[in-house]
Amino acid sequence: MSAIENVSRRGFMKGAASAGAFVLAVRFLPDSVQAEGLPGNAPVDGAALHPSVYVGIDPDGTVHIIAHRSEMGTTSRTSLPMILADELDADWKRVKIEQAIGDARYGSQDTDGSHSIREFYEPMRQAGATARIMLTQAAANQWGVSSSECAADLHAIVHKASGRRLGYGELASAAAKLPVPKTAELQFKPKSAWRYVGKGAPSYDLSDVVTGKAVYGMDAHMDGMVYASIQHPPVLGGKVKSFDDKETLKVAGVSQTVAIDPFQGPWGFQPLGGVAVIAKNTWAAFQGKKSLQIDWDNGPNANYNSDQYKKQLQETARNPAKVVGNRGDVDSAFAQGGKIIEAEYYVPHLAHAAMEPLVAVADFRDGKVTAWATTQNPQAVQDTVAKALGIDKENVVCHVTLLGGGFGRKSKPDYVAEAAILSKKVGRPVKVVWTREDDIQFDYYHSVSAMYMKASVDANGKPTAWLQRSVYPPIGSLGDPKLNYGGDFEMGMGFTDIPFDVPNLRVENGPATAQVRIGWLRSVANIYHAFAVQTFADELAHAAGRDPMDYMLELIGPPRAVDIASMKHPNYGANYDVYPNDTGRLRKVLEIAAEKSGWGKRKFAKGAGMGIAVHRSFLTYVANVVEVQVTDDGKVHIPRVDTVVDAGLVTNPEATRAQFQGAAVFATSIALSGSITATNGAIDQSNFDSYPVARMRDAPLQTNVTLVDSDAPPAGVGEPGVPPFIPALCNAIFAATGKRVRELPLSKTKLV
Amino acid sequence: MVKLKVNGMERSFDGDPAMPLLWYLRDELRLTGTKFGCGMALCGACTVHKDGKAVRSCSTPMSAAAGAEITTIEGLGANGLHPVQKAWMHINVPQCGYCQPGQMMQAASFLKTTKKPTDADIDAAMSGNICRCGTYQRVRAAIKSAAEELA
Repeated sequence: MSAIENVSRRGFMKGAASAGAFVLAVRFLPDSVQAEGLPGNAPVDGAALHPSVYVGIDPDGTVHIIAHRSEMGTTSRTSLPMILADELDADWKRVKIEQAIGDARYGSQDTDGSHSIREFYEPMRQAGATARIMLTQAAANQWGVSSSECAADLHAIVHKASGRRLGYGELASAAAKLPVPKTAELQFKPKSAWRYVGKGAPSYDLSDVVTGKAVYGMDAHMDGMVYASIQHPPVLGGKVKSFDDKETLKVAGVSQTVAIDPFQGPWGFQPLGGVAVIAKNTWAAFQGKKSLQIDWDNGPNANYNSDQYKKQLQETARNPAKVVGNRGDVDSAFAQGGKIIEAEYYVPHLAHAAMEPLVAVADFRDGKVTAWATTQNPQAVQDTVAKALGIDKENVVCHVTLLGGGFGRKSKPDYVAEAAILSKKVGRPVKVVWTREDDIQFDYYHSVSAMYMKASVDANGKPTAWLQRSVYPPIGSLGDPKLNYGGDFEMGMGFTDIPFDVPNLRVENGPATAQVRIGWLRSVANIYHAFAVQTFADELAHAAGRDPMDYMLELIGPPRAVDIASMKHPNYGANYDVYPNDTGRLRKVLEIAAEKSGWGKRKFAKGAGMGIAVHRSFLTYVANVVEVQVTDDGKVHIPRVDTVVDAGLVTNPEATRAQFQGAAVFATSIALSGSITATNGAIDQSNFDSYPVARMRDAPLQTNVTLVDSDAPPAGVGEPGVPPFIPALCNAIFAATGKRVRELPLSKTKLV
Repeated sequence: MVKLKVNGMERSFDGDPAMPLLWYLRDELRLTGTKFGCGMALCGACTVHKDGKAVRSCSTPMSAAAGAEITTIEGLGANGLHPVQKAWMHINVPQCGYCQPGQMMQAASFLKTTKKPTDADIDAAMSGNICRCGTYQRVRAAIKSAAEELA
């Protein structure tokens, strides 16, 4: 565990204190952005204040900063400590980042929802300012001067008049004895004095990553551990009737097999059950699993066939459903006659397929569990493991490794609970390794969806009324499998937060019951909602013979905060006064994207063209112009993408640009080939041959990312690049070929 | 008994000769820079060099590694960072980083035989290596940068 060091909070405090270090307690409000009703995602307690520890300074001047969020490629493990270091005026070269274990006292560690920076920018800044003020006071006391005569200057406090100077290390012990200033009394550095925020830094782990030293979950090791591979029930809710492990036990290196009980009640994050093969190395465990003979009771979900389910969803979408948002009177407007345009859209289930399959090591000993896991949510690990073993969550220590991608799947710790259960049964540390096939067949899938859109338009082609309806099995089915309507948070991802200036607008949601585990995948419901809304807008533009860019600006209407009273949505848990849905910012990213891409000014050969889309998600405004070439044999090439982003204040611009370049590729995978289907309840796909993802030759050749300079508060950057890309690509395909893509993946549409 | 060299060190293995090289490197030698991604030579995360050429270690049985010289990411920069690693750092290629050892091993092998790679050459050489974070644009730029340094 050389490359990534996890620090037990208590251990860190104890160790640091004994070395005479300065450890600062800060107080901050807990994360308020909780998707309702999700297991493991609820606030830990009702307290408004959560004391925690983010920073310590050694007498040698080393500044330790705790990274309490998981690093899965967004660079938040680097960027959050940068914010603290900047406000502390610390020398980045003398900062050591320590990865936190799971502990509710850090606040939310659930690294999803694109809210690491948004939610923790202020707490990090406050922690840095608090430390700086205490160090300043310690220096002033030592010199017998007023602290107002002293200032921080890159890892030291200076007395301006005399030029005297004391390093942070020299001041640490004295500062530790001073009272902690109140948050309201903190003074922050002016923007002009920022050293790191807005300028950025490469990942703290970059050198370890390129030399192969970085430790991911797959690389975690405990002395004496054995390896396990699990055959899960092929159908959700299935059970083992009986199994024969004679051939398995003949495999060299296999020591035993262990049955794991199926989940009880709502599946939530519980393990699926099945039969585990325990072996002395990973390969022997995999081989042993192949030889298992298991007789399954597949249960009622064996009736699930995705082709038939798709037809049901589409039929539901054609009929009136639950109204979840309404402005004006859509029915009267439709009844007045005029031109009516309708369209239906469909997006299948999707798998996460992070490069690192699910993996965890756990050791059960004396009633306690120590785990090392590739997890987006170590507190959910504590809860899930504790429930699985019937112990208190305080007795579960979860160390967090680097993550080889996550995209939402690694928020659900079923695989960590498997390791803990097996360790208890075999009496040794157990490393559970999922194969790629396990990863694709036993995912928490992005929800399948059908959308129905209807508009009446005036003589200029502008909508007088707009009806949109989406139907999908909801994420809430995790906690209640019978729940068949979407949550406000799902409808608020691209549907009830629609920014269009249309007088009559209705949003509906139809019922659908989950037949597989549904989870959240990078940008969640925005994927299908933005696909329908932004494609339909392009359809209306073309029907009116208008330029799609001009038409979109007209649809968005004048700069304003979209009225939330008439169309309520959770706004990603953020205060609407601080983070309004600002059509001025939405228009601006669109206009800049048009300018950067040469929209309307370029001529294209046959089979080539451009498409445009714009979408706000996770409080960030993103416009995409995608250029496409469709070859004579129907292959899609993407030579260029222009992405314009207004994410408010951006801490790490280079890492942010990388997120949007990557999002274009992730979205390309969804658009070109993403599709999970099921036959008799079992998932049809299993590896990258049957679940292809974008390779270099498929990906956009060049994605130019422009970040709008903004002093607005920070918003999300991990997810918002995905939603607008897909409709922009499909709109480009229409411009290039005249073929309208209404169903994903676009391999379902004959393009030539 | 299979004898081989790994990053310049003589090694011998007396387990199942059908076991893929990947698991020998990872579980036996604890050289964990080489990653498991698919087990079917579909993603390239496990790429190592066998006698200087990129191979997928997940689909290379130990019997096929007998007598071979194997280089992993840990051995690529044995005498200081390899130009590919330097370029990867300079261009800031990795996001999660999990596939990057495989990407770099593939790129280092490719650049031995292709001194001035075109975009089409790079597509052909690198499309066996999947990156779900979508770093391809920077992988391409880093390969061009490394090619210049190697020239």
